Amino acid sequence: MTRTDRRLLRETRAGRTQLLLTAGLGLATAAIVVAQAALLARLITGAAVHHQTLARLSGPLAALACVIAVRALLGGAFEVSGRIGATRVMSELRGRLAEHLLIRSPVPREGERTGELAAAVVQGVDSLEAYFAGYLPQLVLAAAVPLAVLIWVVPLDPVAGGVLALSIPILIVFMILIGKGAQAQARSRWRALALLSGHFLDVVRGLQTLRAHRREAAQADTIKQIGDRYRAETMGTLRIAFLSALVLELCAMIGTAFVAATIGIQLDGGHLTLLAGLTVLLLCPELYGPLRAVGQQFHASADGLAAAERILSVLDEPATLSGPATLGGPATLDEPATLAMPASQRSRPRQPADPATAALRFEAVSFSYPDREELVLDGFGLVLKPGCVTALIGRSGAGKSTVAALALRLIDPTAGRITCGAVDLRELHPDEWRRQVAWIPQRARLFAGTIAENIALGAPNAGRGAILAAASEAGLGELLAELRDGLDTPVGDGGRRLSAGQAQRIALGRAFLRDARLVVLDEPTAHLDAESAAAVGGAIERLAVGRTTLLIAHDTKLVAHADRIVEMEDGRAVARDPRRAMAAAA
Amino acid sequence: MRSGTSSGMTSGDLAPSAGPAAWRSLLRAAHAGRAESRRLLLSVLLGWGAVLAGGGLLIASGYLISRAAQRPEILALSVVIVLVRGLAIARAVSRYGERLASHDAALRLLGRLRATFYRRLAPLVPGDLGGPRSGDLLSRFVGDVDVLQDLYLRALAPPVVAALTIAATTIAAWLLLPAAVPALIACMLVAAVAVPALAASLAASSGRRQAHARAALTTEIVETIDGAAELAVAGRGDERVARLHAADGDLASLARRDALAAGTATTLGSLCAGLAVITVLLAGIPAVDSGALAGVLLAALAFLALAAFEGVSPLPAAARRLRACAEAAYRLDALVDREPTVRDPAVALQLPCAGDLVLEDVHLRYGPDQPWVLDGIDLRLAPGRRIALLGPSGSGKSTIAHLLVRFRDPDAGRVSIGGAGVAELAQDDVRRAVVLAEQDAHLFNTSIRENIMLARRDASEQDLWRALEAAGIAHWARALPDGLETLVGEDGGLVSGGQRQRIALARALLADARFLVLDEPTAHLDEVTAQQVIHDILTRTGDRGVLVITHSDIALDQYDEVLELRAGRITRR
Repeated sequence: MTRTDRRLLRETRAGRTQLLLTAGLGLATAAIVVAQAALLARLITGAAVHHQTLARLSGPLAALACVIAVRALLGGAFEVSGRIGATRVMSELRGRLAEHLLIRSPVPREGERTGELAAAVVQGVDSLEAYFAGYLPQLVLAAAVPLAVLIWVVPLDPVAGGVLALSIPILIVFMILIGKGAQAQARSRWRALALLSGHFLDVVRGLQTLRAHRREAAQADTIKQIGDRYRAETMGTLRIAFLSALVLELCAMIGTAFVAATIGIQLDGGHLTLLAGLTVLLLCPELYGPLRAVGQQFHASADGLAAAERILSVLDEPATLSGPATLGGPATLDEPATLAMPASQRSRPRQPADPATAALRFEAVSFSYPDREELVLDGFGLVLKPGCVTALIGRSGAGKSTVAALALRLIDPTAGRITCGAVDLRELHPDEWRRQVAWIPQRARLFAGTIAENIALGAPNAGRGAILAAASEAGLGELLAELRDGLDTPVGDGGRRLSAGQAQRIALGRAFLRDARLVVLDEPTAHLDAESAAAVGGAIERLAVGRTTLLIAHDTKLVAHADRIVEMEDGRAVARDPRRAMAAAA
Repeated sequence: MRSGTSSGMTSGDLAPSAGPAAWRSLLRAAHAGRAESRRLLLSVLLGWGAVLAGGGLLIASGYLISRAAQRPEILALSVVIVLVRGLAIARAVSRYGERLASHDAALRLLGRLRATFYRRLAPLVPGDLGGPRSGDLLSRFVGDVDVLQDLYLRALAPPVVAALTIAATTIAAWLLLPAAVPALIACMLVAAVAVPALAASLAASSGRRQAHARAALTTEIVETIDGAAELAVAGRGDERVARLHAADGDLASLARRDALAAGTATTLGSLCAGLAVITVLLAGIPAVDSGALAGVLLAALAFLALAAFEGVSPLPAAARRLRACAEAAYRLDALVDREPTVRDPAVALQLPCAGDLVLEDVHLRYGPDQPWVLDGIDLRLAPGRRIALLGPSGSGKSTIAHLLVRFRDPDAGRVSIGGAGVAELAQDDVRRAVVLAEQDAHLFNTSIRENIMLARRDASEQDLWRALEAAGIAHWARALPDGLETLVGEDGGLVSGGQRQRIALARALLADARFLVLDEPTAHLDEVTAQQVIHDILTRTGDRGVLVITHSDIALDQYDEVLELRAGRITRR
């Protein structure tokens, strides 16, 4: 069992239940396996040796029928419980993931491979079924059945029992010895297959580019050549990798043959009854079967574990939010020492923190992501004066977006503090602070629902009139007039596709509707064409009136309206007169 | 607005019903296997051999100990003992051989399938696929081709092995006790036909039932992952967790029902095997009593019934696999089974060695009842001339670029090079004369050098660096530890957006074309760099005709002509 196996089974409630259930079913199956063999042997010897009639054997025959029915039911129960267990474990992981992403660590995940994570989360359950309904039952059976078989066989026929008992450790040693090497080879085979598949996907995705350069025909031959080359290499490793399976098969088969011969010779010598001999022989394949099946199921289960591992790796990320006000998740317990505030400060009655009337101050703020060394912000200082537009400029990677995330309280500083008036933001519940804040990111996300629902994202109880007013303030009037269903047009996944400019305007509408005191704009026009950018710029000017605004921008036109411009470099605010810097750049 | 991943996954779940069309598609796909028929046959025979040897081992052992119980001469047993050992070794060796043969055949088949479907797909890109979702389509295309590799070995071979096993079992049972045959065969047929059919149809209907709940859950999850920060700022975090939980619950309750159905199928399968043993005993015990069956053979008969089901047990999985293959083949056919709208003429004209690239009164729309995207476009690009084409996004600028390299044909009007209509030229000749650097040009997962040399395999080192200079990345490339051998990663993921753009630009500049069409060459660059790049392009492309498509108004004074596309028409600025 790997580390992920153990974590899945131990750390999820559903996983623990599943392990217990599977173990119970496994023990029952082991008992039934022995009973079936004993009954079958009894029937055969009864007829063949003692010449008993069908009528006299009807008792054992009925018992055999019952045992067979129970065994079939147990097989079905393994499948049912395994599948349900997989669903339960996945549900639990999904729930924890959502809580982690939304509450403990809501950092913007631009640029990360979110699609791959989503695929693991949604489709992972299918491959996890292979683990819970396939591999885990076999693993339990591989432990329980041989034990039950040996307990039954040794008193019946110590010699055959000894042979079987000896063959199991040999089998396992071989499995481990050869399995270790084979695993490395199997891994290289999967890598080759993945590489081939990746290459094909790469070529297919780039078909248009290939055609633009007249290379599409040549590439067809390349696909074939690369495929052939990898096949030759892969078959080379497979010839060796499959040897482990061959040895296992040989062990099991020769074990059976050896036991049959041993029993035959003992019977011939009159040292054994046919009943005992037949029972032992019938139990032989039952003993080796689960052992061999574990190996076969191992690969099928690997995918499911990979999906679970992907989710666990996200759950393992330390929370980016800390401080007393976060919900009592485990990560808040190990609050870094630098964040610890004097008890007197904590217990003090809280002042209202209103960014529209009190300045928001970044005081020597440093920040680094939990799993990384380098400081994104390094002693950063900034004062956002109430009612003013402060523009933050600087090269990409200078830490501008981190400042935005701190202002939104999506993350907390690793050192230093951010205050609004006299209040340290960490004293507030994140939701309490965010209620006064609006954010327009580089690419606003639309959620499945109507335009109205999207605008009302931050104010779900807003009335229709207010939504309409916010929409027209944000410059959505023209779009709404074009749409037959107006505000009720579905957008987002499965709905109408909106352009990047329209999406930004919906984000602006959210800000207008929320009537936020602090507005954070993170390069709101970076992905827009000149015309949309101008329209969005106009709406931003209207939005900024009477609010405190933090504007992160490249665009000289946007920055021109700022009351103050601060330039950032390597996580610090630099003293150079930024207005001149902008003028020089333009 | 990154809904690409989510929509791709939801639609992937909505499998078409495996109707007659799907089976026809499957038959067509199966043709790829004919070339490997000898290898396939070998793996089927070896698989059958393994089942026979396994069964034979059990039966012979059963006979061996029954006979031994009569305490004959030890010599009489030794033949059977040797047979038992031989069968044991034969079983292991043939299983090994089958594994090797089947993997070899599967890999060969996959190569063939990929090449075949690639050849059918290539002429359809991009004109006949089009649309913003084509990225998802192509990913699914690759996935579906991968699914088909299982067709022979995991979907079609098991039924063949099962049929052969049933035949062998029938013969063996007939030889032992003809009276046992009908019930035994009946049990096997139920296990081989009815149970797999039930399993496959249960899997399909559960897939259909779950599709909706899965799609809902997928939307919730993708939105949660992509939009976590926005939801948190909006104060909707707790609500989202609750919504996700509810969507999860919906799916889980459907999954429970389907699990129960699948468990029923599994139970039925093993009941069949058990029932076979019982029926054999019901026939065998009276036969021993009446003397029709020798007592020593009763064990052999019971073991036969036990062993025969080894060949039948993979069938439910095979039936599910067959269904999946049919659905994949159907989706593939739906994608690639059409005539490309852009085709080479039967007799191609010679590419004129001089002249202008011209659009005359070109009209184009995306569908018969759609508005005109291009409504009478005239454009003339002479060698050595520099033209900028401006226009808001969505105005059809990239469509003009596609017309110029004949990725699509206009609904009316004419595109010509040196007087020869592009439809009368070979497509390769058109793209030899006009090279397009697309807005989202693909970077292949290889080195920078390979990516650029794609445009001209025989380019000299000097040509290569000249193109890099003009694209404004020579300095950057020189500073890289591995220089031009640096790998760009999957989909260019290891280089920044700006560098990616400029690698594609260098690729277009390296191509030996008379006309260059550059679609948004400065999209990801800051203003200063963008101006420098435009300057370099315009001054270093010599006597080539250059059309730069852009939505920004950077360095417009450096062009010979600035055109603007608006409402389907071109105006001069």
